[in-house]
Amino acid sequence: MIYLDNAATTRPDPSVIQAMMPYLTEQFANPSAFYQEAVRVRMQIDLARQHAADLLGAAPGNIYFTAGGTEADNWALRAGAEMMREKGRHIITSSVEHPAVRNTARYLASCGYEVTFLPVDGRGRVDPDEVRAAIRPDTVLISVMHANNELGTIEPVREIGMAAREAGVLFHTDAVQTFGHIPIDPEECGISFLSASAHKLNGPKGVGLLYVAPGLRPGRLLYGGSQERSLRPGTENPAAIIGFGEAARLAALRMDEDAARIRTLRQDFIMELKSQIPGIRINGDEEQSLPGIVSVTFPSVSSETLLIRLDQHGICASAGSACSAGAIEPSPVLTACGMSEEQAKRTLRFSLGRENTAEEMEETVRVLRAVLSES
Amino acid sequence: MAKVVAAMSGGVDSSVCAYLLKQQGYEVIGATMQIWQDDSSAVEREGSCCGASAVEDARRVAQCLDIPYYVMNFREDFSREVIDRFCAGYLEGITPNPCIMCNRYIKWGAFLERCRAIGADYIATGHYARIIRLPSGRLAIRRSVSAGKDQTYVLYSMTQEELAATLLPVGEYEKTRIREIAREAGLPTATRKDSQDICFIPDGRHERFLKEHTGTAGKSGRFLDLDGNVLGMHDGTAAFTIGQRKGLGIAAGRPVYVCRIDAAAGDVYVSDEETLFKREIIVDDLHYMGEERFEPDAVYMAKVRYSQKLVPCHVRYLKDDKLCVTFEDPVRAPTPGQAAVLYRDDWIAGGGTIVEGK
Repeated sequence: MIYLDNAATTRPDPSVIQAMMPYLTEQFANPSAFYQEAVRVRMQIDLARQHAADLLGAAPGNIYFTAGGTEADNWALRAGAEMMREKGRHIITSSVEHPAVRNTARYLASCGYEVTFLPVDGRGRVDPDEVRAAIRPDTVLISVMHANNELGTIEPVREIGMAAREAGVLFHTDAVQTFGHIPIDPEECGISFLSASAHKLNGPKGVGLLYVAPGLRPGRLLYGGSQERSLRPGTENPAAIIGFGEAARLAALRMDEDAARIRTLRQDFIMELKSQIPGIRINGDEEQSLPGIVSVTFPSVSSETLLIRLDQHGICASAGSACSAGAIEPSPVLTACGMSEEQAKRTLRFSLGRENTAEEMEETVRVLRAVLSES
Repeated sequence: MAKVVAAMSGGVDSSVCAYLLKQQGYEVIGATMQIWQDDSSAVEREGSCCGASAVEDARRVAQCLDIPYYVMNFREDFSREVIDRFCAGYLEGITPNPCIMCNRYIKWGAFLERCRAIGADYIATGHYARIIRLPSGRLAIRRSVSAGKDQTYVLYSMTQEELAATLLPVGEYEKTRIREIAREAGLPTATRKDSQDICFIPDGRHERFLKEHTGTAGKSGRFLDLDGNVLGMHDGTAAFTIGQRKGLGIAAGRPVYVCRIDAAAGDVYVSDEETLFKREIIVDDLHYMGEERFEPDAVYMAKVRYSQKLVPCHVRYLKDDKLCVTFEDPVRAPTPGQAAVLYRDDWIAGGGTIVEGK
């Protein structure tokens, strides 16, 4: 198998699994309990929180563990909007957000908030001047992702954060694709809330986090016990959280080196694609991009057919988004960048990870060429 | 090993279809065609195809058979080729058969094309029908061995090329035997209900669907008898089909039936049942299957709607692509838009679309 869907999820690192195992077996105590058996689990959760905070240059007290990125996004938007209810009911977001943000914004719109979905340019970038121009006296929250999951384009979050800070508006960024992959300093970027997810950085599924800037206290996500400072109650999932912590620790150690290597793989891959397959188009921003994401529009053949063909050769890639039944639907993110529906339907995403090799990328180009020439 | 994509609706027939092909040694890929249901419609009905629960059922069968499985998206094709044509037909006052359109334009259209593009030699469905090679060398759809279940009618428009690329393993068995095979093989869909209605109109209320989908259920207007007397009013012609008795809401003192629809004028004509019986029909948009051309001297057996019995008839060409079919005994309510399928023995010679009954 050649796995090129690392933006969907990544293989858990062996040392993550190793870190988790004791908490799935012997160390099963409830971390909230009083005895040392439980305190030892609590200490590991504290350590995981420290590792996650370190990646952001933040204090552990600003990290709240959630059951994933979607939960963190939902929480940030709903709580953020509610915190500023006195000020107004206007929210600004982009037209290329993940459904976790897009659909939460739509929900808020149905609750009486007014939501501005800002357009993006052909590379999927939000113009910070347009954000500035969209801010009104009643604007309470801005949510723009750190980098786009389909194109890899990195958004100008620092400039947006500065605009938000000047205007006294809360700023949320969905950093699910970037956390542990490229550095970000929320304090310096004027970020109020930041969402991340463990399984995108070789951690386990089902755990994520919300960073909350110092001095902010969002409303509770759930009502219950005192876990996560009472804001996100429910007995912790120590194995997942500790696995997340280990993934964050590893990412801090190897992020720069991995990013450089993956970036080279990506550049070579793009070059090979361009030279070997005529008529393709590489989408997104070649410079301001995540190290591993390559979005390609092919001249012919639908992405569904291509994906099945690649699958038959053991190559895992992705396209668009899936409906509840599992069928591929053309991506609204791609059409938001000015692509036609037809082009969006011929677009694949290859997302490279730390395990991919130059040989795998060469093989992928070879298979793509063969498949396209047969069709 | 020949590669075949089995269309899996989540029902028992298509599940057994995939199972039989696997048993026969084919390399089988399972695929569910996503054609209608969207994410927002949360209500799932047992027996409906292509909803999320149908996909789950199909996927369970694929797991059970250990075959690759994909959900393929045909929503746009289906909307354009089936739903739009269906609506346009109803609004013109005819009664199209969406299953025939789906077979013609989707299963043996976009689906076959996509399966070929992923390297398949054949596609297969769970229809109760068989494929026969005639002494002439032509291929034809042949009635299934199951006396109680015959789905050949909806397959009449298949071309020779399409027939050559199709496997119909279910047609070799009795309906009851198919359920037994499903049980014996431990397929999780063995007890699933059969689908009945038009898949995109599960409540059977065409006029409501048309109103939601196109904004109109046809011109509202008058109920008339054949002498031109006004018997009542209706809210739109698309609610009616030839031969319909129920739901007219007119008190004529005797049973009356829809016998003609003038969609342009908004008039629906009613009559006694006797008038519905026609000795002749005009058929166009001809398709040839077992025969290259129909023989005016031969006796054919005809079917003018899915649920009707075969009746003997003769044919006469009015034009190159227009046929007059004369029945030995008059046939009840042949309906414009439905197919007239002509059989020789137990195989399909060809067929066409009914334009009018006389």
